[in-house]
Amino acid sequence: MQTVKMVITGPFSAGKTEFIGSISEIAVVRTERKITDETRAVKAQTTVAMDFGRITIDKDLVLYLFGTPGQRRFDFMWEILSEGMLGFVVMVDSVRPETFREARSILDTFRRYSETPFVVAANKQDHPDAWSPEDMKIALGLDDGIKVLPCIANQKESVKYVLLELLYTILERAQD
Amino acid sequence: MALKGNLRDFSIHQLLNLINLAHKTGSLQVKPEPVLRSANGHASSAALFFREGRLIHAAFEGKPTRLTDVMVQVGRLTPEQAQTVNARSRVDTDKELGLLLIQNGYLTQNDIIQGVRGYLLETVYQLFTWAAGDFHFEPNQLPPEERITVPLSLENVILEGNRRQQEWERLRDEIPDLEVPLRFAERPSANLRDISLTREQWQVISFINSKNTIKQIGEYLSLDEFQIRRVVYSLKRNGLIEMAQPVRVEPVAPRGPVPGAKLSRSVLLRIIDGVRRR
Repeated sequence: MQTVKMVITGPFSAGKTEFIGSISEIAVVRTERKITDETRAVKAQTTVAMDFGRITIDKDLVLYLFGTPGQRRFDFMWEILSEGMLGFVVMVDSVRPETFREARSILDTFRRYSETPFVVAANKQDHPDAWSPEDMKIALGLDDGIKVLPCIANQKESVKYVLLELLYTILERAQD
Repeated sequence: MALKGNLRDFSIHQLLNLINLAHKTGSLQVKPEPVLRSANGHASSAALFFREGRLIHAAFEGKPTRLTDVMVQVGRLTPEQAQTVNARSRVDTDKELGLLLIQNGYLTQNDIIQGVRGYLLETVYQLFTWAAGDFHFEPNQLPPEERITVPLSLENVILEGNRRQQEWERLRDEIPDLEVPLRFAERPSANLRDISLTREQWQVISFINSKNTIKQIGEYLSLDEFQIRRVVYSLKRNGLIEMAQPVRVEPVAPRGPVPGAKLSRSVLLRIIDGVRRR
């Protein structure tokens, strides 16, 4: 049995757990705890270790999705989670520009860990105050070649689209 | 698509860069936070207007923006001349005011364009010193028709604004804390006979004692944070006054990236097919 790993990262409350939950065939293994600091106002629970989801490709191949904890005090987990990953998705909340800088910082951190391909998912595109992916690409200071994809993390088709775009990017890189 | 946020998270430099690159048309409203308003002396919001990524108009809320008012503010017209022209104006549009200014021989067309350009630039540059404040970009909203517009390329604005921002950041690095008093240098390094002080420098010096903090001196003299830092820095550089140096932490060098997992093309195609089928 071959296993392949992808990492879903991004700032606190960007929608990583929801993203994995929308496509995983198993109930996402969540290691969430009640929040005890000032981020309590945003949501009641957060991922303190990791989320874990699974997609069985065929009888010999399984894709695992790992969600990283969004809070900086758990960033010691990031490097461990990034080892051996095929690629990663950076989730960004399109209606919270105050998290863009943090998203860019996380993206840079993961690029330092590994040279694997990645895409940026502009989550909550169904919200009226959402920044467009084009504006977010400029806001995040990303090169033209980097994909910033519209995403609604609680919709399976949208999550599939993001994962497929990441896989196409990996495929293109493999052909290079 | 909305473009809302706070300058604390997304600076004016980044915003203008986005508007320039995306060739946006519309208005950008920026509302400074209360603490900043008192420091900078602005009690109102700023509105910048853009057409296809170029700055065309700018104003602070509550501040007159008629052409004659603008020309007075940039020092190209006296208040008396402005009053004369305003009294003759019937419809009060910038176009008519501009014609009257030229007909009266007060200004040439080039004077007007350069004056408006200077006013636009000074308005937008002030925003570069705002560290925080809610902003909102409203697509396709243009300035009132009666106001004159002069299109300015944002690239140069961003470059100069960036230079000013860097100066502002350098001043903040040099003088990170405004809650400290100043003291005269015990052994001034400079030859005092060769130093000529500006009016503002003299004013600051007159307030130096063991109780007055930099912030208080700035408030006494109605200088914003940028201005008081600049004056204090110049005095410090001349060796006239002293301050404690901030502690600097050396960054730790990160380790290099490692190669990612490698899979054959056939396995990748199987994964793509598997995800598609879900």
